[in-house]
Amino acid sequence: MRNLTLRSVLLGLAAPVGALVFAALLCAGILAVTGHSPVDTVDAMSASAQRPRTLVNSLNTAVSYYLSAVAVAIGFRMKLFNIGVDGQYRMAALLAAALAGAAFMEGVPPVLRVTMTVLASMLVGAAWAGIAALLKVTRGVSEVISTIMLNAIATYLVSYLNNPARLAEVNPGSNDVKTPDITAGGQVPGFEVTGSSSKVYGLVFLAVLVGFLYWFVLSRTRFGFELKATGLSESAAVASGVSVKKMVVISMLLSGAVAGLVGIPELLGASHSYSLNFPAGVGFIGIAVALLGRNHPIGMAVAALLWGFLFNTANSLDTAGVPREIVDIMQGVIVLSVVVAYELVRRYRVRAEQHAVGHALGRTKTAEEVSA
Amino acid sequence: MSTEPPAGGAPAPAVQLSAITKRFPGVVANSDVNISVRVGTVHALVGENGAGKSTLMKILYGMQQPDEGTIAIDGAPVIFASPADAIRAGVGMVHQHFMLADNLTVLENVVLGSEPRKGVGLDFATARARITEISSAYGLGVDPDRLVADLGVGERQRVEILKVLYRGARTLILDEPTAVLVPQEVEELFGNLRDLKAEGLTILFISHKLDEVLSVADDITVMRRGTTVASVLPQDVTARKLAELMVGSALPVPELRESTVTDEAVLSVDGLTVVNADGRTVLDDVSFTIHAGEVLGIAGVEGNGQAELVEALMGIRPCSAGTITLSGRDITRATTRQRRESGMGYIPEDRHRQGLLLEATLWENRVLGHQTSKPNVRGPLLDRRGAKADTERIVAEYDVRTPGIEVHAAALSGGNQQKLIVGREMSGSPVLLIASHPTRGVDVGAQAAIWEHIRRARAERLAVLLISADLDELIGMSDTLSVILRGRLVADHDPAAVTPEQLGSAMTGAGRED
Repeated sequence: MRNLTLRSVLLGLAAPVGALVFAALLCAGILAVTGHSPVDTVDAMSASAQRPRTLVNSLNTAVSYYLSAVAVAIGFRMKLFNIGVDGQYRMAALLAAALAGAAFMEGVPPVLRVTMTVLASMLVGAAWAGIAALLKVTRGVSEVISTIMLNAIATYLVSYLNNPARLAEVNPGSNDVKTPDITAGGQVPGFEVTGSSSKVYGLVFLAVLVGFLYWFVLSRTRFGFELKATGLSESAAVASGVSVKKMVVISMLLSGAVAGLVGIPELLGASHSYSLNFPAGVGFIGIAVALLGRNHPIGMAVAALLWGFLFNTANSLDTAGVPREIVDIMQGVIVLSVVVAYELVRRYRVRAEQHAVGHALGRTKTAEEVSA
Repeated sequence: MSTEPPAGGAPAPAVQLSAITKRFPGVVANSDVNISVRVGTVHALVGENGAGKSTLMKILYGMQQPDEGTIAIDGAPVIFASPADAIRAGVGMVHQHFMLADNLTVLENVVLGSEPRKGVGLDFATARARITEISSAYGLGVDPDRLVADLGVGERQRVEILKVLYRGARTLILDEPTAVLVPQEVEELFGNLRDLKAEGLTILFISHKLDEVLSVADDITVMRRGTTVASVLPQDVTARKLAELMVGSALPVPELRESTVTDEAVLSVDGLTVVNADGRTVLDDVSFTIHAGEVLGIAGVEGNGQAELVEALMGIRPCSAGTITLSGRDITRATTRQRRESGMGYIPEDRHRQGLLLEATLWENRVLGHQTSKPNVRGPLLDRRGAKADTERIVAEYDVRTPGIEVHAAALSGGNQQKLIVGREMSGSPVLLIASHPTRGVDVGAQAAIWEHIRRARAERLAVLLISADLDELIGMSDTLSVILRGRLVADHDPAAVTPEQLGSAMTGAGRED
């Protein structure tokens, strides 16, 4: 972390704030053109924001978005693109749900049972990501391609396994298919919030812990340094004794393990089973959140909360007569404009720093050395 | 170009640069530069690499704008926003790297960008006539209908000159025009320059080859550290005096004092062979030994296996046969990290590619390559305080010019980046230093400092493998000299007895017949 000056803080905020304002203006324009009132939309969203339930749901959604973003960011730090978080967390959630809901888990003490579930999800996520890592280091297959393909395979594998003939059962009274319910001993109770029918996930702390570990490992350990070095310059890392292949495998496994956690707060805190209705696509949202949060542990938390909030207020737009798709548009515009804005700020920073160095050294030294 | 000579005096200078200042990211800026170029002369601008010559010429040619100061052409102040403005005012530039399209003829290249039109078509006949006219007027001897691909280097340069003249330039800037020429071509070029001068054109000639400057220039301006330090006449100075003006002090000479070579072998390489990915043998049965306190210099034309040798020694590139022994331990199969941990320091040939993380701070760069050793780490944890304190030490001891250790490496000039790398690689008492072109692209001050650090470490029993393209550096800094040619060590020389010429001929294989 660099020296915190007012200027550097302002520069850091310039890009995301600018992108948000730009996206808001653009969405207002789109609403106006399509004959909806931007003012009504803001009213509807802020009315919904005042309901505790919306806030609780936003926080819960943000928890899984955040975990997904951290999983993506681990790869991003060394220019490794794990597009497969989506497949990794769905595989992990399904298998962890099947394990936690299995009859033989009844007798296991609650703490051990939850720990086993969490570890199982991490193992499954890491294993699924590990396939892409192995393909990359042994056969040179781009992880972008392999993880996308593994997502598709995961989709089919999950529907194959999530079947009454295999791991699942039919939800009584519906045509939904789900794994057996996790009984009370395997659940993680949430926190009541007055005025809200939903509870805050107990595993919100898991996200905080993962965020802290992410920060600590990346900025305080040798491994984190080597990860960053590999991302900045692979050739310099190799010359410095870093085994890039080893880094690819380790970071992909770590990314996959965190990806495995994405569905767990929801699974153990609310749904208690993996069903056809289990949230999908969170892996891709994680990419957007990581981009918006610049792979920074706090930045990604803010971005995840924003995304969670937008997602949960979208429901209230329908009642206000505004198409809820405006939220998707807004999210898309934010991501696109934030990427552009970050790059502009980055270039400006590099130039400003070189100027500062040139100014501090170039002129004064030159004059003095010449006269000497 | 009609210029009224000022009443009663000599004509206004063709180019007058006054108090030009350019603050420029990370490198030596131009500061208070003053040059006056008389009409109809060859004016040489000399200075070390990085003295600010190129920046100044870019300002004069409109590629960059000065922060302060004025430019006057033939006495009239001008502001150039782009090269087009400069060309319009009669200033043209011949770049060091030719900008010609090989698959076009001379005529097509010359008119490219300022095509003569006749209605909707191109008027090649008029253009051809003008080219022939210019060519014969200045004795350039250029045939407009030849394909550029068929021309030699000297001829291409004349095409570049013709291109500039065709656009109406009266003042020509030639950026290191002799760098690419062989001696006869240099003579021809100087003949052309004298013809141009005789026709009343003005030439600004940038060079650091002092003998050439003395033979062709009418006036000489010396630049140092971004400013003009002297204006002299060639008849008043010698090449040595000019060189001292350029560097500002007596020239540093690469030389070792008394021998410190011991009989303790540090690095032994035996039969090292490297086959690259295409199956070509790039290093063939290379054997040598470096002792404690010895500098082994490797001379060779670039691309004869030096890079592969260095990478094989560092464990970056696998070797196909042979053994490498460091302090009695076989490290042939060791990883780069194990080699570094057992005391190998590495100054890479390309510091941006292998030596630095440009977008990381100086102290993070201090850690790079030394991630497992004190004071950078404590177990698996980074020791940020230790690394920062040690970076401060390197910055002070190695005179790295920086406002602080939290700036990015990219913000430093090349010489200061290199001093940081040398300081880092000398840390933790290495037993062997592999120095690949350690003073390439750094200024004279940094060069002398780097030599001094290598000398001092050698006195403390460091073994050094020195690879360089600078023959004076090799001869001056080595205890033993070997020549590498096509992947083989072909000859050993005594640096005390060998001349650069002898070494040069051995490098091209000419010396093998004796």
